[in-house]
Amino acid sequence: MDVGDVGDGWIEPLSERDEVLTRWVERVAGDLRARLSVPELQRELGEIYTALTVALTAGGTDLRAEQFGELRALLADLSSGRARQGFTPRETAGTVFALKEAATAVMEKRNVGYRDYVRFSEFIDELGLFTFETYVRTRDQVIVEQSNQLLELSTPVIKLWEGVLAVPLVGTLDSARTQMVMESLLEALVSTGSRHAIIDITGVGAVDTQVAQHLLKTVMAAQLMGADCIISGIRPQIAQTVVSLGIEFGEIVTKATLAEALALALRRDGFRFVRRAAGAEIR
Amino acid sequence: MTGMDSQRHPIVTESDVVRVRQVVRTLAVAAKLSLVDQTKMVTAASELARNTLVYGGGGEMMIDLVDSGRRRGVRAVFIDTGPGIPDLDLALTEGWTSGSGLGLGLTGSRRLVDEFAIDSSPGVGTTVRVVKWSR
Repeated sequence: MDVGDVGDGWIEPLSERDEVLTRWVERVAGDLRARLSVPELQRELGEIYTALTVALTAGGTDLRAEQFGELRALLADLSSGRARQGFTPRETAGTVFALKEAATAVMEKRNVGYRDYVRFSEFIDELGLFTFETYVRTRDQVIVEQSNQLLELSTPVIKLWEGVLAVPLVGTLDSARTQMVMESLLEALVSTGSRHAIIDITGVGAVDTQVAQHLLKTVMAAQLMGADCIISGIRPQIAQTVVSLGIEFGEIVTKATLAEALALALRRDGFRFVRRAAGAEIR
Repeated sequence: MTGMDSQRHPIVTESDVVRVRQVVRTLAVAAKLSLVDQTKMVTAASELARNTLVYGGGGEMMIDLVDSGRRRGVRAVFIDTGPGIPDLDLALTEGWTSGSGLGLGLTGSRRLVDEFAIDSSPGVGTTVRVVKWSR
């Protein structure tokens, strides 16, 4: 035996495909407690097993090598699929690690040496780590997608009354958000022919100088288009902080609540509110 | 004044500033600061974290709960190894800004907290330490 062969004794036993694969599917099905069906797993793991044995027969155990391309693609599909279906990282990597135990009986039967078995174990660990990396990448991607969705979701322009628009701001107001708010507000002002815009900041946790600057810019842009702009939802703690910080809102009208801002906008449009006398009929 | 476990948070991206705010809010609640004081501390931290990011080119925040025996408080230290501030007196002047901001960040956040210490050397970096005590 030449030096290159030391540690490769684990590859040949894997040719007992049926035995190893059956055990592998059994184990994984048990771990995942029937959240994936056996035929599904048979197909999925069968493909991976084929790609694995084909690549190993071609020689080498470096996962980055070209012949492992197919295997890498299948493992990436597996882990990104699992990540999106909500399986835990443990369950996902566990699917790969289960192959160790599944192959142990065959290795024993073929009298695979200790060294060879360690090499086999290392190789499976490598596969597991690769799966884990892909899993994390997919999760990161999902998070980015969700925060983008949130960005779009969180800037609705609401028509409160004929001629009165409102933008309730929630969470963090960064440059990207402000840009989005400003664009959708200005467009809505034109398309609905509204004269009043209310920016409600009840949901904004902290108003620092950058948030204030963004608010001022949005208001100025709306005013340039001839709209009256009111900032509402200034809570007591925000008011005190803004004063301590030294931010000046100047001419901009601010109100504690959205209701007051709406009332003001309507009064400016000439509406009068009269409470019906007690006992009077509703017509 | 004794400090408890100190936490270290990097400030490298805009989203780190958001996380800094959340961390500071959590500790301010733990120190039993009033809602107004929580908001003031969070706002000051937001200003200082953004300074660290924009002017200091990134850095970190060390934050812990402090105890004077009588009162509890939150201490946050913002550290960057950026260009530093050549003229501290000027930087602490109301309305002065080296960038495009309102020029209220440093002076404003000094008013929002109970203790404020700044140390800066050109070419070495800037460290700002703030404490907000419970009443």
